[in-house]
Amino acid sequence: MNRIPRLLLVSVTAVALMIALAVFAPLIAPYDPLAQSILARMKGPSTAHWLGTDQFGRDLLSRIIHGLRASFGISAIAVSVALVIGGTLGLLAAYYRGWTDRILMRCMDVIFAFPVMLLAIGVIAMLGPGPGPTAIAIAVVYTPIFARLIRGPALVLCESDFVTSARCIGASDMRILFIHILPNLASVIVVQTSLLLSAAILVEASLSFLGLGTQPPAPSLGTMLAEGRNFLLLSPWSAVFSGLAILILAFTLNLLGDVVRDTLDPRLRGEQ
Amino acid sequence: MRLLRDRLIDLLVVLFGVSVITFLMIRLIPGDAVAIMLGANTEVTPDRVADLRARIGLDQPILRQYISWLGGVLTGDLGVSLWTRRPVTAEISAHVWPTVQLTLLALVMGAGLAVPLGVLMARLRGQGWDMVLRVTTVAGLTIPSFWLGIMLILLLTTFLPDLQMLGYVPFLQDPLGNITRLLLPAFALSLPILANLARLVRSAMLEALSQDYIRTARAKGVPERAILYRHALRNALIPFVTSVGIMTGYLLGGAIVVEQVFAIPGLGRLILGAIAERNYPLVQATILVITCGFVFVNFVVDLLYAVIDPRVRQGA
Repeated sequence: MNRIPRLLLVSVTAVALMIALAVFAPLIAPYDPLAQSILARMKGPSTAHWLGTDQFGRDLLSRIIHGLRASFGISAIAVSVALVIGGTLGLLAAYYRGWTDRILMRCMDVIFAFPVMLLAIGVIAMLGPGPGPTAIAIAVVYTPIFARLIRGPALVLCESDFVTSARCIGASDMRILFIHILPNLASVIVVQTSLLLSAAILVEASLSFLGLGTQPPAPSLGTMLAEGRNFLLLSPWSAVFSGLAILILAFTLNLLGDVVRDTLDPRLRGEQ
Repeated sequence: MRLLRDRLIDLLVVLFGVSVITFLMIRLIPGDAVAIMLGANTEVTPDRVADLRARIGLDQPILRQYISWLGGVLTGDLGVSLWTRRPVTAEISAHVWPTVQLTLLALVMGAGLAVPLGVLMARLRGQGWDMVLRVTTVAGLTIPSFWLGIMLILLLTTFLPDLQMLGYVPFLQDPLGNITRLLLPAFALSLPILANLARLVRSAMLEALSQDYIRTARAKGVPERAILYRHALRNALIPFVTSVGIMTGYLLGGAIVVEQVFAIPGLGRLILGAIAERNYPLVQATILVITCGFVFVNFVVDLLYAVIDPRVRQGA
């Protein structure tokens, strides 16, 4: 079966589109996301403002595109940090076993024992609200998850013959870990990063919605939803579209992870 | 019994770690935590800083601070709320029930519907349904529950303007009003776990159905219904139970956000209010209580796992 699954094609395109929107937000957005226009307040969709305007007359489409950039950016940075730190810890735990493994994983278990949102809120309570603390909070809660996800498959790989052979010819620990073992974990990493990025988008949006993440007037999907909620009955557009944008962003990333997992897993491939 | 002992040791280690992390929360605040706390309410003067520092014991050596704090926690003394000077335990117990009720209701709805839905999804396998089901469950997984809540409010206020759906009334005061007000937030909260668990049940069912004992059952003429529910589902439920434990963590966190949408005076409101007025001891205590609750739930689930699955009991 050499044909590329249709769903994979669709989800890769969708994610690429999201990334393009986030990267080129200032070029794509038709208006300045902060420009107010008192005369054009809380209007529904029109040809001038495709998605309408908010309570200050700001263009919703532009705010959503910029908000997408903020949410995506914060989550992507946070998840990358968690991947590097958590992944390295997971690799080290799997390779050295024994006490290294026990102590590292116990520490991870402790962080993992906190409900995700609660720990994130705790970190922000300490550092104060803002996009930086939000990224740190998300990185902290996802580090143990990556450590666990990487350790499992890495344990199996450490037992394999090619690792023993590498050790026999005198390869250093670091070389074995990063040149021999890491590339074999690529599929796990791609799938899990995509899935966790989707979850991180939702956490970021929740935190911003609670007023702990990106602060107004900077556009962020969660903040827009919280603001739109105050004018829900007067003009629901802001709340409807900002939430929809969160959903679409999280959805495409999750679908990508899901489809890639099935495509790479030979056991699941036969099912289709 | 050995399993119980091992699990108990795990539990104690994790609880110890959790206590250290929550203890350190106030101590790791960048800058002078005491001045920051004071700054939220009054003018900061050296006298007031020294006074508050002594009051929450931040002037002691750190190890002694931890021991006396832990001693307090173990005897049910979580300190005093900074501004109201009410015991933190009183503040928490005044807000705990709405959150517990919301979480439980969402768990029952999500887990309860996931089993029949997952079995149905397993039966529909192949027939062109796979892609539809996958896209729907992924959408269910990623729908932000706070947005779903807001949209439900918007829809219902448009079509049923008389319906009371915001706020909270205690169960003993008005049982019907209590349940009707919680149904909507619980539904919004439960959708992602419903999608997650239904998918899990589906794949566990498919796995179970491919086992030899199912073929044996078919060969000896057991009716398909009994094969599905009696033989396959029982085994499929084992991973399901573990996931339900982990899901409570998601639900507790999600409840904090959903409570804001539906104006429910639960722990979410308590902790966010405490953050706004920089009432750190209250934030710390609330996080500790919720996390311990979550850890205990998972402890019980682990033990339950051994009860359901005899292999765990004997193998471990």
